[in-house]
Amino acid sequence: MNQISVSHAGAPETFDCRVAFAETMIALARENPRIVAVCNDSVGSSNMGGFQKEFPDRLINVGIAEQNMVGVAAGLANGGFVPFVCCAGPFLTGRALEQIKADIAYNHYGVVLCGQSPGLSYGELGPTHHSIEDFAWMRALTDITILNPADPKQTRDAVRWAAQADRPIYMRVGRFKVPAVTPEDAAFEPGRALLLRDGSDVTLIATGVLVSRALAAAERLAARGVSARVLNMMTIAPLDQAAVLAAARETRGIVTAEEAIVTGGLGAAVAETVVQHHPARMRILGVPHFAPTGSAAFLLDHFGLNADGLEKAALELMA
Amino acid sequence: MNSLANDRAARLAEIARETRISIVHTIDAPRMGHIGGDFSVTDILVTLFFDVMRYRAEEPGWAGRDRFILSKGHCSAALYSVLARAGYFSPDLLASFMAPLSPLNGHPNRRKVAGVEANTGPLGHGLPIAVGAAVAATISKSDYRTYVVLGDGELQEGSNWEAAMFAGHRRLEGLTAVVDRNRLQQGARTEDTNGLDPLDEKWRAFGWEAIVLDGHDHAALLDAFEAPRIGKPRVLIANTRKGKGVSFIEDRVEWHHKVPSREQVALALEELAG
Repeated sequence: MNQISVSHAGAPETFDCRVAFAETMIALARENPRIVAVCNDSVGSSNMGGFQKEFPDRLINVGIAEQNMVGVAAGLANGGFVPFVCCAGPFLTGRALEQIKADIAYNHYGVVLCGQSPGLSYGELGPTHHSIEDFAWMRALTDITILNPADPKQTRDAVRWAAQADRPIYMRVGRFKVPAVTPEDAAFEPGRALLLRDGSDVTLIATGVLVSRALAAAERLAARGVSARVLNMMTIAPLDQAAVLAAARETRGIVTAEEAIVTGGLGAAVAETVVQHHPARMRILGVPHFAPTGSAAFLLDHFGLNADGLEKAALELMA
Repeated sequence: MNSLANDRAARLAEIARETRISIVHTIDAPRMGHIGGDFSVTDILVTLFFDVMRYRAEEPGWAGRDRFILSKGHCSAALYSVLARAGYFSPDLLASFMAPLSPLNGHPNRRKVAGVEANTGPLGHGLPIAVGAAVAATISKSDYRTYVVLGDGELQEGSNWEAAMFAGHRRLEGLTAVVDRNRLQQGARTEDTNGLDPLDEKWRAFGWEAIVLDGHDHAALLDAFEAPRIGKPRVLIANTRKGKGVSFIEDRVEWHHKVPSREQVALALEELAG
């Protein structure tokens, strides 16, 4: 059902979602003079050089000052603009957490917080530079919509939707290269899970980088005669409770998979839902603790955040 | 001072006296509030709202309005008293200050109270937001001005200096900050806690025009707000007295959020009766 482009080597072509993000930002800015970008010396790492070149007055680089960066974004929204705050995920959500709570969420300003290079993207740089707590921290703040696009199409659609949503939004902008997993004709529905593969035995609910890996796991499970449903849960909050409860009712268990700490993220959100409304067997795959040294690719495998890990967890639920 | 300036200052002094009376009643209702800081900031708020600023109370979202942000959000009783008088809502609502489900929370909420630009309360948030609003005016080529009132103890928060540095760098001429320099923070004198002096020199070092003045002198405040701009953000270091206006509250650290007894309320109102 997916239209995945294939490179000449036979492996799926993979994409850095920052490219789709930057291209969409420039296209949007051409259409809408109210679009501005706010950076913390992160023009290069956020891939915003092209935006800055074309719209020098509309890229506000506050320097290395994340608290001020988020407050300035709130003020820009007060002044009639739609700010996209572009900052490495760990420093955006960690350093400026109280500003995100008070200035953006509680004020309910239409600011789009873009966590660049999220999750384990900065692999070898270590846990100070990993953004694995962002889902848990942002989920604790009411009123923030949390988006985690899985590929370039969802990234483009998320940016366009966020620009007109007029509400607080946190979105991850992936750096780790991912294959395209979203059908070109798929509607963009924030708050709704996207069914990528139907199945009746077990459900794999994945987000971001883990979506393509869940699809690969479903292929392997099919070879074993296990029918796995795969949901792309791009929206972490508000959670698509209907899709989760349907999975709880219609399949024998749910495996969640995210490039995030296992406490408070997607798995926790799914668990909160099923435990109250339709208890189901679950496995929550994610990052259990501060990560050891290693590349993002290594760390994903190290924590079982791959087709092997998803397959194994699903089989445990089926046992 | 010419007679017109005299008239303006005298009018503001009378409004300030009435505002302090309103603050006493507002705090007396729930028996909660921050009377010391309310009284130190009163003359600054009154000067801005009843002479300097451009706004339409009947159209709070008017794009051309001057922006006002009370960074020291705990002084909400002063802000609410001024907003009610300015016509943003009925003065009758002040009686609900901090009552269950009242829009008048202990710290202001822009989604519930017209005239509030930003939900403040945690310290060190107002100046960055004001800087953003001032940057917005430069990008959109709007002529509105942005005013932000900061507590002095609040300046111990580092986020202020991130914002101050950036405002100086951007030469934000449309931005005016006022420091309510009452020299008392919640627990002690600022200079005995984490000293701020020389405060004007700190701001100048960050690229600001700094004016030191008496924060209870309406004529001096008017002059400072209206002085020709020199291509920099401006800060008024407004030397004030916490609890200004009532003798037994003035400049006493214990009156940060102490609530006057009923007897003290009567005494305060008597002193403010003029």
